[in-house]
Amino acid sequence: MSIDMAQFHQVFFEESFEGLDVMESGLLNMDPGTADVEEINAIFRAAHSIKGGSGTFGFMNVSDFTHVMETLLDEMRDGRRQVAADAIEVLLQSVDVLRDMLTAARDGGSADEARVKAQYSELQRVLADKHSSDDAVADPVKQASAVVPEVQPVGWKIVFRPHPHLMRTGNDPLRIIRELATLGETSVNCDLSELPAFEEFEPEDSYLSWDLRLHEPVDKSQIDEIFEWVEDDCDFAVVPVMPEGYDPAAAVEPPAASDQAEPVAQKKPHLTEVPPPEERRVTDERRNEAERRKTPAAAAGGSSSIRVDIHKIDALINMVGELVITQSMLGMLGEDFHISRVERLREGLTQLERHTRELQESVMQIRMVPISFSFSRFPRLVHDLSSKLNKKIELKMSGENTEVDKTVIEKIGDPLVHLVRNSLDHGIEKPEERLAAGKPETGIVRLSASHRGGNIVIEIRDDGRGLPRDKILKKAVERGLVKADDNLSDKDIYDLIFQPGFSTAEQVSDVSGRGVGMDVVRRNINELGGAIEIESTPGKGSAIIIRLPLTLAILDGQTIRIGKETYIVPLVSIVESIQIQESMLNTVVGRGETFTLREEYLPVVRMHEVFGIEDHDAKRLTDGILVVVEGEGRKCGLFVDDLLGQQQVVIKSLEANYRKVEGISGATILGDGSVALILDIPGLMRLAKQGGARTRAPLALTA
Amino acid sequence: MAASILAVDDSASMRQMVSFTLKGAGYDVVEAADGVEALKIARTRSVNLVITDVNMPNMDGISLIRELRALPSYKFTPLLMLTTESSADKKQQGKSAGATGWIVKPFNPEQLLNTVKKVLS
Repeated sequence: MSIDMAQFHQVFFEESFEGLDVMESGLLNMDPGTADVEEINAIFRAAHSIKGGSGTFGFMNVSDFTHVMETLLDEMRDGRRQVAADAIEVLLQSVDVLRDMLTAARDGGSADEARVKAQYSELQRVLADKHSSDDAVADPVKQASAVVPEVQPVGWKIVFRPHPHLMRTGNDPLRIIRELATLGETSVNCDLSELPAFEEFEPEDSYLSWDLRLHEPVDKSQIDEIFEWVEDDCDFAVVPVMPEGYDPAAAVEPPAASDQAEPVAQKKPHLTEVPPPEERRVTDERRNEAERRKTPAAAAGGSSSIRVDIHKIDALINMVGELVITQSMLGMLGEDFHISRVERLREGLTQLERHTRELQESVMQIRMVPISFSFSRFPRLVHDLSSKLNKKIELKMSGENTEVDKTVIEKIGDPLVHLVRNSLDHGIEKPEERLAAGKPETGIVRLSASHRGGNIVIEIRDDGRGLPRDKILKKAVERGLVKADDNLSDKDIYDLIFQPGFSTAEQVSDVSGRGVGMDVVRRNINELGGAIEIESTPGKGSAIIIRLPLTLAILDGQTIRIGKETYIVPLVSIVESIQIQESMLNTVVGRGETFTLREEYLPVVRMHEVFGIEDHDAKRLTDGILVVVEGEGRKCGLFVDDLLGQQQVVIKSLEANYRKVEGISGATILGDGSVALILDIPGLMRLAKQGGARTRAPLALTA
Repeated sequence: MAASILAVDDSASMRQMVSFTLKGAGYDVVEAADGVEALKIARTRSVNLVITDVNMPNMDGISLIRELRALPSYKFTPLLMLTTESSADKKQQGKSAGATGWIVKPFNPEQLLNTVKKVLS
């Protein structure tokens, strides 16, 4: 029977990566000298599982590598080795290497051989250093020592005397003898001499012994294999039967019981100490073969999976059940409907609505995963970077269990890394600088996540030096982004760092300031429908606040009407909707129409102009409604004909179905079957600034 | 009736592989993620064979074997452990706890089936 092992690969990789995370966070928590046994145990188990799985599923290089880590961890676990800082560091690096190897194995590539080798010898070095135990490593070496007689025997004579308790180990002499018979012709001689008198007979003990003869010149190891499990539970000897005329004095086979038998399932060469070249080749070949085998699966799939709490599934099934009941109730009602039963119908419809909403919420729940998936990498990052930067930094995380849509988790990772790096590199000062400023030597970076309304808010807050306001302004002026005499608020100035190509680091450091800039960070976050904001106090620290929608699939929207067109404004962007009076309006030179709202001058965006709608009703600003919206820290008033209502809408990608349209983030289908476009507020503001749309797409899309 | 096997491993992929292989060969398979769960299952129903991993959270394989062997209905039941070649002393510990034998990791489905056939014949 052949089984395609590739089907287990995905689960194996998932749990291996989880295992790596466990190892990493465990190692980071470990204090040299004193280590929590349970912690080491958890790390050991993770390594052990990865090793076992990778060996089974054909990733021998991973298995060999993990083996050394496991040996090291095993010694720590048993207290045979001190938990030294050096060892922890090497193990941490090994976790990285292992992660690369697993990633390569998963994606069908190959890991950096040189790096793997270097790390492997690094591990060997630590292992050899103060080597207090040798049995774990020396073990496989024992196996090669079986004495092979020069003349091949023609068969074997086997003495097998089970101890009375043999049956109580779950073994059975009959099974063993039967198994022996599979090797070739046997003759069985049973010795009944130990059988007691009937009164003394213990039914659970074994009293029989056997003299067995195997008339087949098999390898002795095959026999040992059969008796391997019981070698301590019986007297057992294997003697070769030599051909006629052979001088038995020339080679005597030692009694088998003392021999370390080759274990049943182990047929593969195993790399333990520095591997001989040919063995390495075998391992490589096997790995290549494994890669070949998995390539079709990788090419076809590329799919990602998600682990869902069983309670969520149960809730979902429950809800579907409710829905089915409601549906059948409505069905019966419809079969012979009479106007007198309209009340029942209404009730049924209300129920249907409720169940549908609950079902939708439960389905959404499935996609929600704790943000710790994204946060978990930061302790390591901070640990590594702070030593590289010679800074003392403590990372405090909170709200790791806040649940976010899986897509958000996947996309928020890189921007977060960038922001945290920035905090470490630019925000937190060097210890001496901090002391001089009267601050504690250790800087604190707080990473937190929380739910606020329909949003998730992620904050990266440090107690460093804050953003250099003047430096930013100077740079922006140099770059021609702003004029020196522009009257800019602090907020406006901080926002400048999101401009493309803006970096104030005087020299690009190894840590941050390479490649991706804050503009990319902001773009990524905007793509997720979120917003990013900066707070900063000179000398006290700065904070980056990211607001993200809980899910990317559904949006709470306000439907608005312009002429015959319906648009959706994301509810999160709306500050308020007002009807304005003549007195609030004014025109500022160079900034167009504005209105005053609580001492603020806000620009008016005439939506019909932006989207080129000609049959709009409200001609004068006082006739229609101004929807005050906020995006990227700026506000404006959208001038529309009417507000229709609030509803949840399912977001359909416009990009996937049509093409990207500026000012529009997606589309949805309304209750009456017509298509409505969802506004992208920041994009819309940019569009309005440039003066009107470049496209008449909305008209073309009218259903 | 097909023989029933209790497969115990904290690693989902190993458990899946073991379970899939055995089910494919017509065995009735029950899964457990650690020793505590396995013991609970073993107390409520009878199985013909237990295959357990050694390193698991909550209750490891050796303790599980010791507990199982102490139950009257598991006095003669084959109890196999999944172990790695580096843990010779683990095998010894397992044996003294009452294990019938072991399957050495890494193993492939054929090796697993051969071993299972051996103890269930």
